[in-house]
Amino acid sequence: MALSAADKAAVRALWRKLGSNVGIYTTEALERTFVSFPAAKTYFPHFDLSPGSAQVKAHGKKVADALTLAVAHLDDLPGALSALSDLHAHQLRVDPVNFKFLSHCLLVTLARHYPGDFGPAMHASLDKFLSHVSSALASNYR
Amino acid sequence: MVHLTAEEKAAVSSLQGKVKVDVVGGEALGRLLVVYPWTQRFFDSFGDLSSPDAIMSNRKVKAHGKKVVNSLINGLKNLDNLKGAFAKLSELHCDKLHVDPENFKLLGNVLVCVLARHFGKEFTPQVQAVFQKVLAGVANALAHKYH
Repeated sequence: MALSAADKAAVRALWRKLGSNVGIYTTEALERTFVSFPAAKTYFPHFDLSPGSAQVKAHGKKVADALTLAVAHLDDLPGALSALSDLHAHQLRVDPVNFKFLSHCLLVTLARHYPGDFGPAMHASLDKFLSHVSSALASNYR
Repeated sequence: MVHLTAEEKAAVSSLQGKVKVDVVGGEALGRLLVVYPWTQRFFDSFGDLSSPDAIMSNRKVKAHGKKVVNSLINGLKNLDNLKGAFAKLSELHCDKLHVDPENFKLLGNVLVCVLARHFGKEFTPQVQAVFQKVLAGVANALAHKYH
């Protein structure tokens, strides 16, 4: 299930289009995750999770930066995300099922904001990309 | 059994009334087959599934997608007894179609993406959550008779 050249091209093209707005969408994806999959909130007892929360926005920016880093290193996701994998494995200890929830909510967010760009092939490429990011994040878990 | 508040029920009804069943059904099933190509295993008799374009324009895919969404809409009328409402379909999917229930979750999530694409702003996080709840209930009901 490696990313094909077409997958990489599609993801890079979409990321160029999102430009500096990636943080807006990752924040919305986080919000959607907390509403649809409330168990995800258990990792944020110290956060204000109400709509418009500055903490969620700041966290959204962190996720955005990580995804942008991933897009810049599509040929070596495990390498690029190794430090983040260590963080999630040893400090945050987030169950990897939550990466699936967040990935799904990011797809929903992008479908909602970019209906014209979110064709079936793009949907597939993005889903594959996010699946690879999730695997890379979980790669140092044990 | 899925418990929805009056507000949640209103949200579902509102969107349900606006859903173009043939369009959304065909798109959701088509995207399932494109995004998760192994799901094509259930559709050998459907003809050309060789590319995303072929899949999305395939008449049998569209017809079957419409069938599935109509069935879902019927289910929405039975939120108090989803297991009962989907009992026969559950038996069918297990005994005759041999479909791994994991596929119900995959299709449910693809359908959520399609609804988001069609409804845009209206598909708020709260509305999404209601659909996730309902679709999870339907997926469980469809898996209930498996043995």
